[in-house]
Amino acid sequence: MVELNINGRSHKLDVEPETPLLWVLRDVVGLTGTKYGCGVAQCGSCSVHINGEVMRSCVLPASFAAGKRVVTIEGLSRDGSHPVQKAWAQHDVPQCGYCQSGQIMAAAALLRKKPKPTDADIEEAMTNICRCGTYQRIRAAIHTAAGSRKDGGSVIHIVDAAVPSSSVAAADNRDNAGA
Amino acid sequence: MKKTLADQSIDLSRRRFIVSSTVAGGGLALGAHVPFGIGSAEAAEAAGTEVNLWVVIRPDDTCVIRIARAEMGQGTRTGLAQLVAEELECDWNKVKTESVTVARNHASKRAWGDMSTAGSRGIRMSQDYVRRAGAAARTMLLQAAADQWQVPVAEVSVANGIITHRASKRTTSYGKVAAAASKLTAPDHKSLTLKDPKTWKVAGKPLKRLDTADKLTGKQLYAIDLRLPGMLHAAIKACPVFGGKLASFDESKIKGMRGVRGVVRVNDSTVAVVADMWWRAKTALDALPIVWDEGEHAKVTSASIAAHLKTGLTSDDAFADTNFGDASKAIAGAAKKVEAVYSVPFASHSTMEPMNCTVKLTADKAELWIPTQNAEASMAALSTSSGLPLEQCEVHHLDLGGGFGRRIGNQDVVRQGVAIAKQFPGVPVKLVWSREEDQTHDFYRPIAQCRLEAGVDDGGNLVGLHMRVSGQSINAFANPAAIKDGKDVRQLQGLWQKPGDAQIGYTVPNMRIEYAMRNTHVPVGPWRGVNTNQNAIFLECFMDEAAKLAGKDPLEFRRALMSKHPKHLGVLNATADKAGWGKPLAPGRYRGIAQFMGYASYTAAVAEVSVSSKGEVKVHRMVLGTDCGNFVNPATIAAQVEGSVAYGFDSLLTEISVQNGRVVEQNFDSYHIARLVHLPKVETVIAPTYDFWGGVGEPTICVAVPAVLNAIFAATGKPVRSLPLKHQGLTLI
Repeated sequence: MVELNINGRSHKLDVEPETPLLWVLRDVVGLTGTKYGCGVAQCGSCSVHINGEVMRSCVLPASFAAGKRVVTIEGLSRDGSHPVQKAWAQHDVPQCGYCQSGQIMAAAALLRKKPKPTDADIEEAMTNICRCGTYQRIRAAIHTAAGSRKDGGSVIHIVDAAVPSSSVAAADNRDNAGA
Repeated sequence: MKKTLADQSIDLSRRRFIVSSTVAGGGLALGAHVPFGIGSAEAAEAAGTEVNLWVVIRPDDTCVIRIARAEMGQGTRTGLAQLVAEELECDWNKVKTESVTVARNHASKRAWGDMSTAGSRGIRMSQDYVRRAGAAARTMLLQAAADQWQVPVAEVSVANGIITHRASKRTTSYGKVAAAASKLTAPDHKSLTLKDPKTWKVAGKPLKRLDTADKLTGKQLYAIDLRLPGMLHAAIKACPVFGGKLASFDESKIKGMRGVRGVVRVNDSTVAVVADMWWRAKTALDALPIVWDEGEHAKVTSASIAAHLKTGLTSDDAFADTNFGDASKAIAGAAKKVEAVYSVPFASHSTMEPMNCTVKLTADKAELWIPTQNAEASMAALSTSSGLPLEQCEVHHLDLGGGFGRRIGNQDVVRQGVAIAKQFPGVPVKLVWSREEDQTHDFYRPIAQCRLEAGVDDGGNLVGLHMRVSGQSINAFANPAAIKDGKDVRQLQGLWQKPGDAQIGYTVPNMRIEYAMRNTHVPVGPWRGVNTNQNAIFLECFMDEAAKLAGKDPLEFRRALMSKHPKHLGVLNATADKAGWGKPLAPGRYRGIAQFMGYASYTAAVAEVSVSSKGEVKVHRMVLGTDCGNFVNPATIAAQVEGSVAYGFDSLLTEISVQNGRVVEQNFDSYHIARLVHLPKVETVIAPTYDFWGGVGEPTICVAVPAVLNAIFAATGKPVRSLPLKHQGLTLI
C-alpha cells in the first residue's frame, strides 16, 4: 500500500512500493497523460513534478513519492492555461504529441527556476527526446512563455523558384517573422 | 474512385452511418461515453447531416470533415481538412474532423479510398478527390438554399458557410440547409471545376493545427493509453537474435508473482507474460527463465556485415539502372580522378510511442485498437490471425505517437496481440513493447555502402561518374514480388532517370549507376525517406569531392550539370539564395550544400557548421528548400522540414550495430537521438511551381545530412565517408 498526493488529491493505492511511479499513475490511477518512452530516464516522456522538481517517473519507486506533492500534466493547470501550455499552443509545438506532456513539464520546471532562461539554459534543461523534432518550436515557446522574446519558432520563406532574387519572406502564423 | 464517391453518397444509409462513425470516432475508443444509442434519430440529427461522404454539417454550422488517412504528427489531418474546407467555403473556425473507420470503408467498397499513410502520400494522393468532395458539398448546399428561396442557384453565393442571395438580401447558413442538401442528387465530381491554388484562402495558408489542444493537457488518447474494463496487460520478448527460436521457458519460476495471469508462447520465437498491470507483466517476464535457440546468425557482427557488403562494391552480380556512354573509360581517360567508398549504418525508427495494440476476441468478433499507418493492413492482419472474416473484425485506429514507416507494412504487433488475446477470450489484452523490445525488433533502415569514381577534365567538368551501391534490399525482405528480373530498382531511389518521383538531378555524359544486393539477417523496412537517405549521402557528398577535384565551388559545379533539370535547379538556387551561399561567414564557420529528389518533391539544403580542434561539430544554421509543387500549409511544411533535420541527424549521432547476431543499442542511452541542443536554427524555403503535387513528410530528410557533411568537409578538408560521425573522431555537439 502506498499513499500518494497526486494533483492535490490523496490516493491510497494497493501497489508494491517499488513499482515505478509512472506505472502507478498510468495503470492504477488512470492518469495516462504521463507517457512511457524508455523506462531508463533517458527520454523524459514520463516527466512529472515532485515537490516542484521535474523528475522522470519511470525510474522512481512509488514509495519515493509518498508524502510528497506529485503533479502530472493533468494537474499542471485546470484548463490548459499554464503559460507554458499557452505558449505551446501559440507556436503549435506538437506534432505527434506523445512526448509533449514531458516537454511541457520540463519547461514549466525550468521557468520556475529561471523565469528568463537563455538559450544555453534551455539547451541544458530541455534534454527530453522528441522524435518528431519539434525542438525549434519548443525553444521559441519557452521564450514566449517567459515573456522574454517573441521571435524564433519556424522561419518560412515562400519564393518563386524560377526567380529567386525576387523572393518574398513570408511570415508564418505567429509573431515571428524574423529570418 | 471519384465516380464511386458520388455513387456512394447516395447509396449509403446516412443516418446509420453518422451514428456509428461518431461513436467510433469518439466514445468507443474510451470504452465509455457512448454518446447515444444506435438508431436514435434525434441524436443523429444533432450529430449532423451527411452531405456527402466527407462532409457532415451540424445544425450549429459545425462542419465535420472526415479524414481517412492516418495522423502521426505530420499534420495531414489539418491539411486535408483545409483542402475540403477551401472548396466547401465553410467557416474554418467551425471545422472539426473525425476519422473514417476501416470497417465502414471496407463495407462501402473503399468509398474513402486508400487509408494507408506512407510515402508522403497523405495529401498528394488524396488532394483531388477530397477537394472534389468539398466542391460537391458546396454545390449541393447552395442548390438547397436556392431551392428554398426559389431563385436560380447562380444568384446565391457563399462565404464562411453563410449563403447569401444578394438581390433579396436573404441569408442562411450551411447548418440550416444541410438536411435539404443531403437529399439532392450529388453532382458528378469529375465535372466540378476546382479552384486555382493561387486563389486559395484556407488551403495554402499557415493555419494552426486542429489537433493541438489535447496534446497540451494529457487528454490526447493514444492506443497505449487505452483502458477498458477488465483489461489485462502483456509484456513480450522475442528471440534477441533475428531468426532464432524460443526453445523453452520455465513458467514455474514466476508462478505466484503478483498479478500474473499467464505465460503465452506467442509464436515460435516469442513469449509473453500477461498480468493485471503492465509493470507486473514486465517484471515477471524479466524473471522468466527463457532458453533461446539462437540459430545460424548468432555470430553475426557489424564487421561481418560490412565485409559482406564490401563484396558487392566490386562483384559482377550488380545491375546497372543508369548507363550512359562509358563511365569507366571516361574516368580512366580523365585529367583528374577521385574514388571513394561511403557507408551508412542501420537506423531504428524509435517512435516515441512504443509498439502496442489492444485486442479483444470473442467467438464472433475481433476488435483491435492500434496506432497504425495502414488501418486496412491492420484489419487484414486481424482477420487472418483471428480466423474471423473481415466483416466480423473492427479496427479502431488512433492517432499515432510517431510512425516514420515503422507502422505501415509489417503488422507484427497485431499478430502477436491476437495470439495472446486468444488465450483470454472476451478479455481485452493490451500488448506494450518495452523500449528494449522496440529497439531490438524493428524493421531497420537498411545498411548500405557505395563505391564512387569520378573523372574531371582540364576545364573542371565532370566527364564520368560511376556509382556502385551495395546494400540490403527492403523489397527482398518485405516484398520480393516487387523485384523484377532480380533488379531491385527501389534501392536506387533518387538516382533514377525516370522523371516525376525520385529522379537524379544531374546530366553527366558518361554515367553508370549500379546496385548489388547484399542482404543480412537483420529485418529492414521503410524509414522516413527510405533509400533517399543513403543515396543522397553517397551522391551529394561525393559531388563535393568531385567539385574539389575540379577546383570549383560546390554550387557552381552542380549547376553546370543541372540545366536539363530545371526544377532540381530551381529549388537549389532558391535555397542557396536564402542561405546566402557565397557570402562571407563568421570566422570558423563553413557551408555545405546538397540537393536531391524524392516523393515527387525537389529539395535542397545548406548547412553552416564549425568544427573545433577536438572534433566537436556544431551545426549553427540550416536552410532547407522544397518544391513540392502545390503546398497546403506552410507552417506544417516548416514543422516537417525541421523534424526531418532532427530525424535525419540519427546518421550523424548514432547507429544500430550488431554483435552476436543481435542489436547492441537497446535503449536511448546507447541509441543517441538528437536532442534540442543538437539542432541548428532551421529555415524553410518553399519554392512552389504549382504544376504538380509532391510529398512533404519525407523529401527534405535526405539533404539534411549531406549538407552537414559537406560543411564538415569544407571545414576540415577531409570528407566524411563513414557514419555516424564518431567513426571519424567527430562529435555532434
